[in-house]
Amino acid sequence: MLEVNELHVFYGDFQALFGIDFRIEAGQTVSIIGANGAGKSTFLKTLCGQLRPRSGSILFEGRPIDDRPPSTIAGLGISMVPEGRRLFPSLSVEENILSGRFSGRNGPWTLERVYRLFPALQLHRNAPAMTLSGGQQQMAAIGRALMANPRLLICDEISLGLAPAVIKDIYAALPQLLQEGVALILVEQDVNTALSVSDYAYCFMHGRVSLQGQPGTLSKTEISDAYFGIQ
Amino acid sequence: MDWLAVVMHGTLAGGGYALFAIGLSLAYGVMRLVNIAHGDFIVLAAYIALVIAVASGLHPLLALPIVAAIMFGLGYLLQRTVLNRVLGPDILPPLLVTFGLAIILQNGLLEVFSADARVLPAGTLATDSVSLGGGLAVGLLPLATFMTAVACTLGLSWLFRYTRLGVAFRATSDDPHTAQLVGIKDKHIYALAMGIAFAVMAVGGVFMGMRASFTPDLGPSYLIYSFEAVVIGGVGSIWGTLAGAILLGVAQGVGYSFGPGWGILTGHIVFLLVLLFRPAGLFSRSQP
Amino acid sequence: MNGPSGYTVVLGTRASRVGLLAACIACAVLFTMPFWAGSGTMRLLIEIMCFLALAQMWNLLAGYGGLISIGQQAFVGIGAYGLFLCANHLGVNPFVAVLLGGLTAAILALPVAAITFRLKGGYFAVGTWVVAEVCRLAVSNVQLLGGGSGQSLTAMRGMPKALRESTTFWIAAAITVGMIALTYWVLRSRFGMALTAIRDSEAASKSQGIHVQKVKLYVFVFAAFGSGLVGALYYLNALRISPGSAFDLNWVVIAIFIVVIGGIGTLEGPIIGTLVYFGLRELLADYGSWYLMALGLCAVIVMIKWPRGIWGTIQHRYDLRFFPVQRRVRLLE
Repeated sequence: MLEVNELHVFYGDFQALFGIDFRIEAGQTVSIIGANGAGKSTFLKTLCGQLRPRSGSILFEGRPIDDRPPSTIAGLGISMVPEGRRLFPSLSVEENILSGRFSGRNGPWTLERVYRLFPALQLHRNAPAMTLSGGQQQMAAIGRALMANPRLLICDEISLGLAPAVIKDIYAALPQLLQEGVALILVEQDVNTALSVSDYAYCFMHGRVSLQGQPGTLSKTEISDAYFGIQ
Repeated sequence: MDWLAVVMHGTLAGGGYALFAIGLSLAYGVMRLVNIAHGDFIVLAAYIALVIAVASGLHPLLALPIVAAIMFGLGYLLQRTVLNRVLGPDILPPLLVTFGLAIILQNGLLEVFSADARVLPAGTLATDSVSLGGGLAVGLLPLATFMTAVACTLGLSWLFRYTRLGVAFRATSDDPHTAQLVGIKDKHIYALAMGIAFAVMAVGGVFMGMRASFTPDLGPSYLIYSFEAVVIGGVGSIWGTLAGAILLGVAQGVGYSFGPGWGILTGHIVFLLVLLFRPAGLFSRSQP
Repeated sequence: MNGPSGYTVVLGTRASRVGLLAACIACAVLFTMPFWAGSGTMRLLIEIMCFLALAQMWNLLAGYGGLISIGQQAFVGIGAYGLFLCANHLGVNPFVAVLLGGLTAAILALPVAAITFRLKGGYFAVGTWVVAEVCRLAVSNVQLLGGGSGQSLTAMRGMPKALRESTTFWIAAAITVGMIALTYWVLRSRFGMALTAIRDSEAASKSQGIHVQKVKLYVFVFAAFGSGLVGALYYLNALRISPGSAFDLNWVVIAIFIVVIGGIGTLEGPIIGTLVYFGLRELLADYGSWYLMALGLCAVIVMIKWPRGIWGTIQHRYDLRFFPVQRRVRLLE
């Protein structure tokens, strides 16, 4: 579904990604793990159109998207739950969730279905978005991304700053997303949680893919070497 | 000094300033853009209305929808083709580009229409007055201007709170990057915001053109009044802008009663005082 | 793997040494002009120098201090009226009063900053404009200074023409060269490094202990001082002042045009911009308002297509600096 080839991304003169190759199929869950500054967020931003690659290609369902603006890419079916949630403070909880519909895509996800997935949100539907707890804000951000009825959902560090029980709740909701063949990219610093739900994993280090494979086949040593870069 | 009359007339004058200021408030609220040519575009609207009124014999109020439509299109195009290119973290380019536009507009209007003072022919609307009882009478035109200003404020407030476009405006204003991520086409949204701002500016230009004579060099004054109204009322609140405009009108009215040279200066002084003691404005909406 | 054994920080480049030589020659020629140039030429040059100095001040404010002001004419007018107040009404020697005009502007810059610094970005710009308008309106109401119609510089009556013209010219040259040299010196100093740091990133500068607000205040006061000197100088030359002229928005319009076209944030830019402006003015002198429209259009196009201006684009492309304020690290073997 998504195919990335030889992606090089620069911030001005500073190179952040060096020739990334990446693949994900419909219905798959792929995690990207790595330390801070490894290039994970840069990669996601490029996928969503917030950054332009210097060279390389990104094909989504066969079409190149590396030169499209973010709003067009959202309309094509890629939705992101951004790092730090990034709900709109001026909007209520319900308005935030509904803002996902600006992508103009129709599909199985409706407001009612999001509320069934995250009942806590319905209780606070008219409250200002920032009055929610961290975990609830994360649910709202996921709900917002789901309302765009994506084919590819990207979750950037959704467990950051949340209590373990809350993380468990959120991850428990993830399998429902994959029912319609939606692909899921999970970016996490928490290696174990991410690997436990993934079909495939990539490890980033210093802007390169340092390790990839099915979680079951990767040993703990391999992973920590690829994560921390110990020679 | 008849305080009631001064306050009443000042309040109504504030209606005109509110129509000026709403456009500035909207553009700044949605995209952090300060359009230095703001006042000059209001003057342009008055001249457009003049041309239409003279050419077709229509009363300016009837010509108003046409002028508003033209200005909406102009604002949309301007934002889409020129201003969207210079929007960004650096404040200098949009400031300088709109500054250049102001110079072009002022001198262009001067070349085409000369420096003669013009007025929009409003007929009896400009001269009739309405009695409010107790010996107090106000002009029909200032009253109409004020009520139009309140209506515009109401309309825009409703737009922001209850429509999908309003959600898009608020979301883009909060976080343009994330707004793009959810599929909001920011370039189009910015252009729509500017178009609406220009339409309200057209209303302001037509009403003020009927009320007093205008010349090509009035743009800067209109910009300053708009700006003062927005700052006094508090950035970010459209009802605050209306309140700020009313306060400005009243301050000027009080000043005028002391002498012709003091009217505008008093408005400036009140503005500076608000800036000194309550920089966030008198009615600013505090965000969490 | 062995690295270089050390490094040194250098400031000059070969181009800068050429530039220094050229500047010295130009200054020498300039200072001898009263001996061989005609009245008309000297008046034009004084005007050019005024605008160049004002542009350098605006450039310092906006390009280095990040403060975009469209109210700099307030200080031009304050400086000019300071001159007239001291010379006409306090009996001070007019040439000395020029300096007093500059100082008046610098002192009044403090309360102006206290008010306008509460505004940010575009709102700061319009705020400075309001201040200029207030100054204009206030001065128009003061009868001692001539009210709305202004007054003449009576203190200069009785001075022989040649002496008046030459002294005015030398003062103009001294002020202009002095302001540029002073600006250059400041930018090379630690204060200048703080300015550049703030320009590049305010947040990062704060974290390094740079007191951002104080630095901006110093720049604002310095620019006000320079603008005041320009105002006093211009009207010393013109011998007559009025509020509409002294506080005219066109002061800052032309300064902005010069800086934007020439190249903002560079010292060479305003020099080039001034040449372009006066060249255009001579060329389009007969066309009235069209000429100002052309200025505005130029500024718009340059801002969109070449935001660095003429010199900025050249400097970026060829790394050429006549007034080097960057430090380079040269590795020693």
